Amino acid sequence: MLRSVGRSVAPPLLFGIAFLALWQLFVQFKGIQPYVLPAPSAIWTAFVNDRPRILIAARNTGLNALVGLLGGTAAAFALAALVVRVRVVDEMFTPLVAALATIPIVALAPLLNIVYPSTSALPRQIVVAISAFVPVFMNTVRGLRQISAVHAELMASYAASGVAILRTIRIPGALPFVFTGLRIAASLSVIAAVVTEYFGGLQNGLGTRITSAVAATNYPRAWASVLGAVLLGLLFYLVALAIESLAMRGRLSTR
Amino acid sequence: MSLGTPGYQAPAVEITGVSKTFGAGPGAVLALSDITMTVGAGEFVSLIGPSGCGKSTLLRIIADLLPATTGMIRVNGDSPHQARMSRRYGFAFQQAGLLDWRTVLANVELPLQLHGVKSAERRRRGLELLETVGLTDFAAHRPPQLSGGMQQRVAIARALAERPALLLMDEPFGALDEMTRERMQDELVRIAAETGAAVVFVTHSIPEAVFLSDRVVVMSPRPGRIAAIVPSGVRRSLTADRSDPAGTAVRESPEFFATITRVREALRGRGDSAAAAGAVDAGAPDAGAVDASALDAGDGAPDAARGAL
Repeated sequence: MLRSVGRSVAPPLLFGIAFLALWQLFVQFKGIQPYVLPAPSAIWTAFVNDRPRILIAARNTGLNALVGLLGGTAAAFALAALVVRVRVVDEMFTPLVAALATIPIVALAPLLNIVYPSTSALPRQIVVAISAFVPVFMNTVRGLRQISAVHAELMASYAASGVAILRTIRIPGALPFVFTGLRIAASLSVIAAVVTEYFGGLQNGLGTRITSAVAATNYPRAWASVLGAVLLGLLFYLVALAIESLAMRGRLSTR
Repeated sequence: MSLGTPGYQAPAVEITGVSKTFGAGPGAVLALSDITMTVGAGEFVSLIGPSGCGKSTLLRIIADLLPATTGMIRVNGDSPHQARMSRRYGFAFQQAGLLDWRTVLANVELPLQLHGVKSAERRRRGLELLETVGLTDFAAHRPPQLSGGMQQRVAIARALAERPALLLMDEPFGALDEMTRERMQDELVRIAAETGAAVVFVTHSIPEAVFLSDRVVVMSPRPGRIAAIVPSGVRRSLTADRSDPAGTAVRESPEFFATITRVREALRGRGDSAAAAGAVDAGAPDAGAVDASALDAGDGAPDAARGAL
């Protein structure tokens, strides 16, 4: 287990280190101006100096991302269960969600900011929730729908009820799909939470730190907050991954 | 017709004038036409025929997975629906259809779990079944870790979980290589004898049908109907003493080849089969007499085994 983790982590880690080293060398030897592209070392220095503030901002943005992610996921599960069981709901909602997937959801942020008071984090959480909802819903529905003919006949031969089929076949069979959706949603929720902050409202998150640093032409500080956002996104992704491997332990990966 | 033996049981399956039409109107397809046949208690009957002859459809009608368009079916004297609701049959599919996320033992326990059997009892029965199919050592494995033959054995164990008097099998060995296939056939023969279950077995393979069956039901396509019923019973007559568990003696006996020839001729079509199947035609009264005696010859052993299990 530990060895396989090491094996899967080592190559991207090595690539990342090599990339940073090249970046550093490129900036230093080509004499690139910091306002065009700061060196990784400068970003790191700004990150370390700014750490307490970035941490607080990351906590605020992270909370929005988390609330939105949980809300969106819960709604996605509920609606997916309904869509799979009730045909009318399926016909009403599934095309709508497909349409929802094609519109840039963060574009809603300025409009929601008008609807809610500027001290409210709710519009951001709503944007995150909608962003997270789409991949979780789509994947969950797909997972719940796909039941092999042989399993369907097997359960029919047992005279199994719809609930029993849901419990023993559909939900366990859907789990790999659900977690795929959840992993996408986890990264997406952080992106959405950061980007919604670009459109005004509360001045307490990573997104607002980035815009204000850029406005003050303090580019290393802006990049330091970007690094904070990257780390936050990574944290969300890794937690989703950890929950997935916990839920799927004992299963053999077949793909 | 009654077998006339003491301790008479209702036939495992009774099919009278069953037909099946898919669709309606001008696009309707007649899949089965006027099927009449009987499977005695403890009897092993194979359905054989080319693709499209409706043999799998017939099996699903017996299992109440498809409704018949016309005709009457009785499973252990009840309607197929009643039989399904009270889980009176076990079904094994061409694909094993195991749940990959469950252990082998939990897969075998699935029907028991669905029907509310307590976990201790379930586990006891599950292990007993795995012993029957020789997979005790693999109880904690997951299906993807097993070979195709082993997966099919798990599926058979699962089908036997509730001690059904009837086992319905839809080409369960179709995807296996020849060597594994023969080994599985030997094992199925042993299991059927041990449990005393009647078996309706759909297959494409003539030797398989002849080896396993007391009777081979030969079907022809468009519309699916019974072309002939060929009594086999080669195995029962040779393995009464169970001296040859590998079944090699059966497969190398002249009787085996003679029966294969008879089934092949019946399959080949009307011209040949009229002569070949004359004495054993579906509805002929004397066919029943032949079958009954073939059954009586082999029935003692399964009964004894049933008591032991």
